Amino acid sequence: MIGSVSLPELLASALIVLGASFALIGSWGLVRLPSLMERLHGPTKASTLGLGAMLVGSIIFFQLVKGEWTTHELLVSLFLFVTAPIAANMIAKVHLHRLRLGEQSGPAGPPAAPRDGSEWATYKAPEEGAPGWFPDE
Amino acid sequence: MTGPVITWALGFGFAALGLALALNLWRLFKGPGVADRILALDTMVINAIGIIVLAGIANGEGTSFEAAMLLAMVGFVGTVAYCKFLLRGDIIE
Repeated sequence: MIGSVSLPELLASALIVLGASFALIGSWGLVRLPSLMERLHGPTKASTLGLGAMLVGSIIFFQLVKGEWTTHELLVSLFLFVTAPIAANMIAKVHLHRLRLGEQSGPAGPPAAPRDGSEWATYKAPEEGAPGWFPDE
Repeated sequence: MTGPVITWALGFGFAALGLALALNLWRLFKGPGVADRILALDTMVINAIGIIVLAGIANGEGTSFEAAMLLAMVGFVGTVAYCKFLLRGDIIE
């Protein structure tokens, strides 16, 4: 007990404030950063750290109120941890393909090509037998 | 059972997430690219999940987490479907 506030309540409140701050900073990064490849960083951190902290705060809060441990918050957190990188990868691929079609990049310019001088792998045609390859083409 | 500290934290959380949603809306309308708009929609889903979680804490009920889980799944499938359609011209080949 700190004054009239119990320690779990203080911990849950701190985690909620931390998580909401991360979500706000991630969205501010989405507005503020100059090009899409940089903008991708903000929200992906907000989804893992921000929502993760809020969900752990919720677990502690329900332990405080009902006296029982709940686990379905961890399920939401685990699902977001698995899916956030996949969604970010797909959005980056869309960005690269739209740039090749002539869409303008932000003030930071287009992303640099791979260092060995080759093209991005997502521009290449599917190899023989790979998914997406059709024999009649 | 719930004291003033958690009430203040929930108020701060709702305000921060609401402001985050407004910033995402700005990016959704401003663009400039299609990928920016997909990213803004994806982030809006994340912030909406956060609001649902905070509403579950404020109500003191454990029933809103199924909604959060469903929104997480549908949001991910929606993002991948948008990207797949732009990349391949088709969603399921």
